[in-house]
Amino acid sequence: MEAIILQILNGLDKGSAYALIALGLTLIFGTLGVVNFAHGALFMIGAFCAVILQRLLSLSHQVVDETRTDFLGNPLKVDVPYVYDWFGEAAGQAIINWSVPLAIVFSIPVMVAAGFAMERGLIKYFYKRPHADQILVTFGLAIVLQEIIKYFFGANPIPTPAPPAFTGSFDFGALIGLENIIYPYWRLVYFLFSMAIITAVFGFLQFTTFGMVVRAGMADRETVGLLGINIDKRFTIMFGLAAAVAGLAGVMYAPINSPNYHMGMDFLVLSFVVVVVGGMGSLPGAVLAGFLLGILESFASLPQVIDIIPGINQIIIYLVAIVILLTRPRGLMGRKGVMEE
Amino acid sequence: MLGLNSKDTSLLLVVAALTMLAPFILNPFPEGSELAQFNAGYPDLMQRFVIFGIFAIGFNILFGLTGYLSFGHAAFLGVGSYGAIWMMKLVTLNVIPAIIMAVIFAGLFAVVVGYISLRRSGIYFSILTLAFAQMSYALAYSVLTPITGGETGLQLKSTDNPIFNNLAEGEIGRASLFGMDMRTSFELEAGAWLFTFNVGYYIAAVFMLLAFYMSIRIFRSPFGMMLRAVKSNQNRLSYTGLNAKPYTLAAFVISGMYAGLAGGLLVAMDTQVGPERMFWTASGEVVLMTILGGAGTLIGPVLGAGMIKYMENIISKINDNILHQWFAWMPDGLEDFTVFLIHPFIGKGWHLTLGIVFMLVVIFLPGGLVEGGQRIGRMLKGRKKTSGGDGDPEHHPKPAPHVAE
Amino acid sequence: MSNTSLTRRGLLKSSAVAGAGLAVPTIFTASSASAFTNEPTGGSVTLGFNVPQSGPYADEGADELRAYELAVEHLNGGGDGGMINTFSSKTLDGTGILGKKVEYVTGDTQTKSDAARASAKSMIEKDGAIMITGGSSSGVAVAVQALCQEAGVIFMAGLTHSNDTTGKDKKANGFRHFFNSYMSGAALAPILQANYGSDRKAYHLTADYNWGYTTEEAVRTSTEAVGWETVAAVKTPLTQTDFSSYIAPVLQTDADVLVLNHYGGNMVNSLTNAVQFGLRDKLVNGKNFEIVVPLYSRLMARGAGANVKGIFGSTNWHWSLQDEGSQAFVRSFGTKYGFPPSQAAHTCYVQALLYADAVNRAGSFNPCAVGEALEGFEFDGMGNGPTLYRAEDHQCFKDVLVVKGKENPTSEFDLLEIVEITPVSQVTYDASIFGGELGACNPGA
Repeated sequence: MEAIILQILNGLDKGSAYALIALGLTLIFGTLGVVNFAHGALFMIGAFCAVILQRLLSLSHQVVDETRTDFLGNPLKVDVPYVYDWFGEAAGQAIINWSVPLAIVFSIPVMVAAGFAMERGLIKYFYKRPHADQILVTFGLAIVLQEIIKYFFGANPIPTPAPPAFTGSFDFGALIGLENIIYPYWRLVYFLFSMAIITAVFGFLQFTTFGMVVRAGMADRETVGLLGINIDKRFTIMFGLAAAVAGLAGVMYAPINSPNYHMGMDFLVLSFVVVVVGGMGSLPGAVLAGFLLGILESFASLPQVIDIIPGINQIIIYLVAIVILLTRPRGLMGRKGVMEE
Repeated sequence: MLGLNSKDTSLLLVVAALTMLAPFILNPFPEGSELAQFNAGYPDLMQRFVIFGIFAIGFNILFGLTGYLSFGHAAFLGVGSYGAIWMMKLVTLNVIPAIIMAVIFAGLFAVVVGYISLRRSGIYFSILTLAFAQMSYALAYSVLTPITGGETGLQLKSTDNPIFNNLAEGEIGRASLFGMDMRTSFELEAGAWLFTFNVGYYIAAVFMLLAFYMSIRIFRSPFGMMLRAVKSNQNRLSYTGLNAKPYTLAAFVISGMYAGLAGGLLVAMDTQVGPERMFWTASGEVVLMTILGGAGTLIGPVLGAGMIKYMENIISKINDNILHQWFAWMPDGLEDFTVFLIHPFIGKGWHLTLGIVFMLVVIFLPGGLVEGGQRIGRMLKGRKKTSGGDGDPEHHPKPAPHVAE
Repeated sequence: MSNTSLTRRGLLKSSAVAGAGLAVPTIFTASSASAFTNEPTGGSVTLGFNVPQSGPYADEGADELRAYELAVEHLNGGGDGGMINTFSSKTLDGTGILGKKVEYVTGDTQTKSDAARASAKSMIEKDGAIMITGGSSSGVAVAVQALCQEAGVIFMAGLTHSNDTTGKDKKANGFRHFFNSYMSGAALAPILQANYGSDRKAYHLTADYNWGYTTEEAVRTSTEAVGWETVAAVKTPLTQTDFSSYIAPVLQTDADVLVLNHYGGNMVNSLTNAVQFGLRDKLVNGKNFEIVVPLYSRLMARGAGANVKGIFGSTNWHWSLQDEGSQAFVRSFGTKYGFPPSQAAHTCYVQALLYADAVNRAGSFNPCAVGEALEGFEFDGMGNGPTLYRAEDHQCFKDVLVVKGKENPTSEFDLLEIVEITPVSQVTYDASIFGGELGACNPGA
């Protein structure tokens, strides 16, 4: 029982990462119709927003400590962050520790700007081009973005811990009268955060005039254009929104797994699977598929399950994708005619 | 000639000449000169050019003609490779049975995957093929280790004793064609140049010419027309009472067998298989090769394959040391600065260069490298003709309808 | 005008002798006139440094490349000579190898066996490399080693830890200085017993591929020998990034030790996740829950940040070693690059020097002669104490370091502290236990 609840929690947590990435991807891919292979790179850049902010906050000057020596036997140069000088050591360290939550604020403008730049500078010219060209150009862009990050930050993962208040774990079981269900705080934060983002995005599209126009534009772009509404501008904003969602997913993911330059590519294929299983053009579908695959993946990694079917944990996501696509032709909630050619 | 019209015949002859003379064409710089770094005329890379050319030609039969974008084609290459190496380990070191086995294995696997995946179209089809390939990769890497060798893959070992070869105790078998070792090379020295003619390369090249010829025939056949009809409007096709599925399945299996042929040849040239051959990046690579060269054109995929393999094998080997040699004639400060500027794009930065090339090609040459060739051809011919070049004149990528429509 | 002995690339390169061509059949590029593949005939000799420059191990590859460049500098008489001065064999005198200047070519393995072989073949066929070295995974090492055996050149393995490299996949032309899974297990078990007691229940998470299997087996066997019980061993996919669903079931068992048979990015993520789940604060059966990482990579461990503190593991070498050889190496590497070398850099540097010395002692570049010189070679002064290159499987036998994540690091490099230097006698095993056949050496001609 405890094991099952724990795996549901894990599944919701994994699922929220999948759902957030897929949500952003489906805004671009499922609705604007652009096969965006650079979406994983946006997720990765989001995570590196946390790294960059952490680096900025801990910018240091060196102080020579004569009492200790470095690996060559020279006096040790100790890095002292400027924030220590400005706010005192304790407060300064606290600021650095909180760099991940602070990065949320930092990342929104950065990611929206990145999204705008991508759409206006590149993608805009590819709406009417064949999907093949979109694949090539966005794949090229993804490679360029990740190589730039690699050039500056190296290939190894970079630790970006959560603030000390959230690093531990708590007894979730005590809340519901069961024993031995220990769950990390940050993962719960991640789940709640992603639920908030998902709700916000849905609310935005559902209850604002802007969202209404965009939804209308998805359904019939030409008619909306004929009504004298500038749909292109709104699509640019959509792109910025999608980039911000991907970026936020990345920032918040940084404490769970240390970011590295190829984490975008690791998630890319998976996020396409999630979007397609959810059904092309359906935002709820993407979110649902994200959680579904997350939970199934968690259950497939239970030792008891692996004992029965060896290797099931390796292939579960793809196996489920095949079964769903064969039983439901347009994924869970796909619309007819989207990307079926 | 050979049932081709004059234009296709000349294209085939040009390709034949290029592949046969590749050892000369790819080694334009004298041995020992600083530009020798850019020579690609050594056996391994020449073999890779033609083998991945076959892979891309096959992929193009499916994608270029029917528009079905398979994102799992590397699985067929991998399955073919495993089939070939087991043939060599157990039965004979002759490459022909191994290659036949590779094609059969890949073909059978393609029938299964194609039959299931082709029940859906568009992106749903792509994800189905991707899922099959990723499962093959994951299983080959882990639980199927007894058959696939897992991470370390399969090589010929001294303990392998194929039944049709009499190997001495402890001798490691070598791939051969009726006793001719694949790795035998003839070297020709002319002035400061050195040209290498490798047996394995010429065998692979002959296979590529056959594959290329087959692909022209398919492009020009009624079957090819049918596949194009699938691409332009499948609904209309079904309204006329035709069932497209047998045609697309046939195209899928043919293209899978091409991939198997490529996999078998890879093993024949270099007796080793690893599961990364089936990873999604390998499937993505052949998609990129085809689009980069020009999807739907005859020669495009081969050019795209050559381009990507050239970057992977040549650019990645340039290091700072070599840069310093090149720019040694500059004043010291300027030399360091130039090296500093180029440094991010070479050696470990070859991926960056590759990404930039992808973007430049697709932005400025919407039809891929073939279009570049056509433009150069047009420039040379002046403005007399509006179309021409070495591509496939009948087919131009049509603008895709906006999905939101 | 034609002269078969002049068709050597090396000669063409150095003297640019022009001759009207005569086609000479060769296998790889060893012509009938030379005794072995890529026999160097000019004033220089080319080595091939085949390291991962892209993909997850790119930083390790970069460090290996730095070490090789340093080794070449020292072999050619530049710099302060590094370990050449402390090496027990004294044939290296800064004049290159056998009086020939050392040159090198580099390539990218991408940590994929196909790419690694393509890169190695280009070095052998195009650049005339006489020896290939480097790499950062066992899959690549086994694949390239098999290639070098076929081609008739020497392969000096870089970072490869699987038993297979010098076990079931060993080859006469391949040599490994790095330690292996078996030695990790044998070195770790006594330390674990001393620190955590003999009544422990271990839960293994194992990367689902060859290296993971051999490591799990080694640690399992050696810890069970000191009385530990193995509760479960679960395999995790290589491509896994979030290990939460593998860590959570550990909480449901009565296991009190978690062994992470993971390397690189896998290890960083699984360790981070395990600490997130509060495993280290847990009390089971009245004992503190502990985590063990059989193979540490200091470069990668940085990614796990503070999570490595107090966690035991093993390593081939660490820059804080106080012997003369290690210090000389750290000094030259640190002076040149500004930070201490990794274990990958160390093993690569040592391999390059060992090869050069073996050629000098053999008096020939012939792979068979070099192999013979390396087989059974005993040396010292290279950082791991007295070391033997065992003739039966071409594996180095030397002391193994058991390390622990440092509680109060003074810098970003100062992550591990050495707990014990396990003497070589404790990690030696019988050469036949992993099967495989060395076969005969292949000079390529």
